[in-house]
Amino acid sequence: MVSAPPELALVPLLEIALAPLGIFEELPGAYDFITSNWSQFLHHLWTHIKLVLVSELLAILVAVPLGIAATRFPRAKPTIKGFGNTAQTIPTLAIIFLMLPVTGIGFVTAVAGLFVYALLPILTNTIAGIEDVEDGVVEAARGMGMTDTEVLRKIELPKAIPVIFAGIRTSSVIGVGTAYLAFFVGGGGLGTWVLQGIKLYNMEMAIAGAVPGALLAITLDSGFALLERYLGGDAQQSDDLVSA
Amino acid sequence: MIEFDNVTKQYDDGTVAIEDISFEVEEGTTTVLVGPSGCGKTTTMKLVNRLIEPTEGTVYFEGTDIEQKDEIELRRDVGYVIQEIGLFDHMTVRENVATVPKLKGWDDDRIRERVRELLELMDLPVEEYGDQHPTELSGGQRQRVGVARALAADPDVMLMDEPFGALDPITRAELQDEFLDIQAELDVTILFVTHSVEEALKMGDRIAIFDVGELVQYDTPQNVLENPKNDFVRDFIGQDRELKKLQVTPVRKVMYETNGERLPDVDPVAPSDTAQIALSRLLETDAGRLPVARDGEVVGVVEEADLRGTSDPTRGSI
Ligand SMILES: Nc1ncnc2c1ncn2[C@@H]1O[C@H](COP(=O)(O)OP(=O)(O)OP(=O)(O)O)[C@@H](O)[C@H]1O
Ligand SMILES: [Mg+2]
Repeated sequence: MVSAPPELALVPLLEIALAPLGIFEELPGAYDFITSNWSQFLHHLWTHIKLVLVSELLAILVAVPLGIAATRFPRAKPTIKGFGNTAQTIPTLAIIFLMLPVTGIGFVTAVAGLFVYALLPILTNTIAGIEDVEDGVVEAARGMGMTDTEVLRKIELPKAIPVIFAGIRTSSVIGVGTAYLAFFVGGGGLGTWVLQGIKLYNMEMAIAGAVPGALLAITLDSGFALLERYLGGDAQQSDDLVSA
Repeated sequence: MIEFDNVTKQYDDGTVAIEDISFEVEEGTTTVLVGPSGCGKTTTMKLVNRLIEPTEGTVYFEGTDIEQKDEIELRRDVGYVIQEIGLFDHMTVRENVATVPKLKGWDDDRIRERVRELLELMDLPVEEYGDQHPTELSGGQRQRVGVARALAADPDVMLMDEPFGALDPITRAELQDEFLDIQAELDVTILFVTHSVEEALKMGDRIAIFDVGELVQYDTPQNVLENPKNDFVRDFIGQDRELKKLQVTPVRKVMYETNGERLPDVDPVAPSDTAQIALSRLLETDAGRLPVARDGEVVGVVEEADLRGTSDPTRGSI
């Protein structure tokens, strides 16, 4: 599985760093901060969710077909994998600043950065999921007269779904963490409170931004697990893959 | 029906899996390819449904070069039981069996009826097993599903690559017997792969014995046993050639008419039993001779000399 990018560490690290300062004592204060700034909170949360979901959706739309293509055309595979790896090694901030002159400050630039970063886990897992389907099963399917498309649609993709979803879930959890950086390019989101809070030494504000992110990550992860079950996959299997 | 004409297959890595093979599988018969591991049995079989293309030579299907045929159509018309069964674990048993009929566009009612019929035949009632996943089944049951799936679209030809491999001897013998019964009712040409001589002798009308990459002898089980072509075949058959002969000979072929003489009061054998069973019974009873009975009525007699093939020529043969 893909190792977590440095940005993901931001949220928990921040919390650990703040812990000695009395994060637990700050929790009620943070709660009050949220309730008294409720509409602002909803706005930041909603922006955060949009950032993650839009970039995630785009990443799925690009990475899954690319992953499939990599398994169909063995000669293109190194290029496609290289593309995914490169995307992963460019720091998110670098992508964002590269995008700035083109898309300007705001939501789109933030989504672009998150999108590039979300690609690799989905791409790698799509390729791995399809390639892991037992040769005997594919051979049986071909021997029974399935066309290549039928083999893909009826055998390989259904069998790869748990692995692909593990990639999507990993990538969306990473995305929740990375989206805290969207603030830097005017993308908004929960990062607004965290970074302003730090700057203003307002711990209540910072924590009011940080903790909902953790809850959001868990919620998204469960949401995708549900979606997977709805699609007929075995979410337990991808649970194991995600935690592996 | 299927004819191999000087077929050679060399894989991309240079391995010559089979070299210059020629033989014909006759319509309505079971031909068994038998030989040691790696001798090219699976390769030969996959040439028939074009999972592999020959390097040289031609394979004919009902007189047509199979390269002229549409490979997808061809595969849908040929039942295939793969060596590792290859069941689709993400589908139910019912969906597995329905695969080819669905690909062929049968209507739902017809598919449902066919699946029910086949699972019944394989002793896996659809009510109980239809909605299970293959992972919930035992090895023997999985093999049955594999066979049912291959039979689903009424193929004229079945390719069966070690369909009963990896089973304990008892389950294996059971499945073999059941399949022989089923096959007697179906009008289907079978190409069957095994590495067990016993299985080959039991299942085959014709046996093709392979040494590494070459076809050594192609003959009926009786002829293979009586006239092994060379030392390889002799070794392959093993030391107990005479016993194996008895195994492929039905009592019907060696028994004689009774002349109203008194027969020993022992359990009779059936004309369809193997001579091996008759011998075993003779050794058990030391009666010297056994009645042969069909449906409770005595139809003949068999003695040790008959099994040996040295009986008194003056007796009335049937
Ligand atoms: N795709 C392949 N590429 C290269 N060599 C192959 C390939 N498939 C089979 N072979 C080789 O061809 C030879 C014949 O293989 P094949 O699978 O036909 O044997 P087999 O008689 O079915 O053996 P087994 O009883 O073990 O199933 C072997 O030496 C094998 O290693
Ligand atoms: Mg084989």
